Amino acid sequence: MTAPAAGQFCLRLLRRQLLLAVRRPVEIGNPLLFFAMVVALFPLGLGPAPGTLAGFASGVLWITALLSNLLTSDAVFRSDFEDGSLEQLLLAPQPLFLSVLAYIGAHWLTTGLLLALVSPVFALMLNLSTAALGALVASLLIGTALLSLIGGIGASLTVGLKRGGMLISLLILPLYMPVLIFGSAAVQAAVSGLPAGPYLAILGAMLCLAIALAPLAMAAGLRISIDA
Amino acid sequence: MYFDSLQAALEMQGHGMFVWPAYSVTIAVIALLVITPLLRRRKVLRQLEAQARRAQGAPAGRAGGER
Amino acid sequence: MWPIFHKLGSPPWLYAIAGSILRWLLPITLLALVTGAVWGLLFTQPERIQGNSYRIIYIHVPAAVVALAGYYVMALAGAVSLIWRMKMADVAMKAAAPVGAAFTFIALFTGAIWGKPTWGTWWVWDARITSMLILFFLYLGVVALYEAFDNKEAASKACAVLSLVGMVNIPIIYKSVDWWYALHQGATIKFTGESSIDSSMMYPLLLMIGAFYALFTCCLLLNMRVEILQRESRTQWVKKLATKAGRP
Repeated sequence: MTAPAAGQFCLRLLRRQLLLAVRRPVEIGNPLLFFAMVVALFPLGLGPAPGTLAGFASGVLWITALLSNLLTSDAVFRSDFEDGSLEQLLLAPQPLFLSVLAYIGAHWLTTGLLLALVSPVFALMLNLSTAALGALVASLLIGTALLSLIGGIGASLTVGLKRGGMLISLLILPLYMPVLIFGSAAVQAAVSGLPAGPYLAILGAMLCLAIALAPLAMAAGLRISIDA
Repeated sequence: MYFDSLQAALEMQGHGMFVWPAYSVTIAVIALLVITPLLRRRKVLRQLEAQARRAQGAPAGRAGGER
Repeated sequence: MWPIFHKLGSPPWLYAIAGSILRWLLPITLLALVTGAVWGLLFTQPERIQGNSYRIIYIHVPAAVVALAGYYVMALAGAVSLIWRMKMADVAMKAAAPVGAAFTFIALFTGAIWGKPTWGTWWVWDARITSMLILFFLYLGVVALYEAFDNKEAASKACAVLSLVGMVNIPIIYKSVDWWYALHQGATIKFTGESSIDSSMMYPLLLMIGAFYALFTCCLLLNMRVEILQRESRTQWVKKLATKAGRP
């Protein structure tokens, strides 16, 4: 029996992760529910005046998306670490670089992608101008992929720790900040009638950089966590 | 010296209340940075020394008790 | 070059050499700090626009410069320890994190105090202040990650990875915060030109920058010595050192 080629292996891994996620639909729903609830907190805290809400909407939606991504990224490697399949993965002949990308891809498909797709609903609830909806979805699509990659680095470093939950936020929130800046700036630009393209282009550039570099850090982090 | 008196140096034309606290906090932080490792080093050395003495003092009886 | 590289990997050698460097560097540093502070506080003219409050520059700017440089020192030490598995680089990285965090704190705190008489407010979300704050978070993240591991060897490797990730991110963070500030600038704050600084004000500033670099080095070496002792506590040379030090 020969080992499958790296690309094929990566796809199988992605399918496995997605299958595991689909078997537990509640786990997929949780981040979305969290997103909805936090969005509902803002009118309660800031007051229901439509003007105020519309002014804050881009930031609120982006911060909420960021937080729900943060809360789920802790679990990316956790269950596989606990049942030992992560250790098997490290021993596999296929490059770890691609394997972790499969994990992150599955994470993004089950959180970021869905968040981006449902975000227009919440945007309308917060009175965001309809002209900005396209920019919101686009920026969230690119941005959450970036957040998943960065979150994966934090997850790989803390997966071996029992109390990793709070720590991972401390590690990766500073790294999330550039994404937040350009993501909400894209929406803000669209609200005021300016082209959002440049911001999306920068987010795309950061995504390319993250795809190239983050798996290296994740692979190193996983090796350290397994050794510890 | 730029200031005429100690009083003038402390007041700095109304800015003394900003300048002097900034300097004192900085001095406090620097003192902490320098003194903490010195104290920790002494503590570590003392602990090791006590450990060595204990090991030397009662080699047979203690060794049996610990393991 | 290689012999030195090998010696750097030897804990007793590094411990001894750090001690003998500290013996002269620490007094010189403290002297330079006092000289620079007294010079800046008492012997320079007040600035034309800001008056006497500008004297905070002599601690604020050096602390900020060294805090940023300290992160690179930490990350490079982390890289060396990951690539060449050099344990002493690991010690340097671990020692640099709290020192860098303290310098960043000094820069932020003195900046806030300086802001009150100059801008009328303690805190402004200005690009440089914000990126300094993020740098502070990055430092604290490294410290927190190190403390979370029970296995200290794994802890320093994980911290090395994290500080390298942070190093790649620092330029990105800096640029993006700069951009963000340009977008939101409220035009209520005017920065005074910096290039117009008089040479009589410049000399004490340069002295203080040098002194802060030396201070960082001293703190790094002091912390490294403690760390070496702790890690090598089972070895013969440390035991010998301890019995010698413990004798009255």
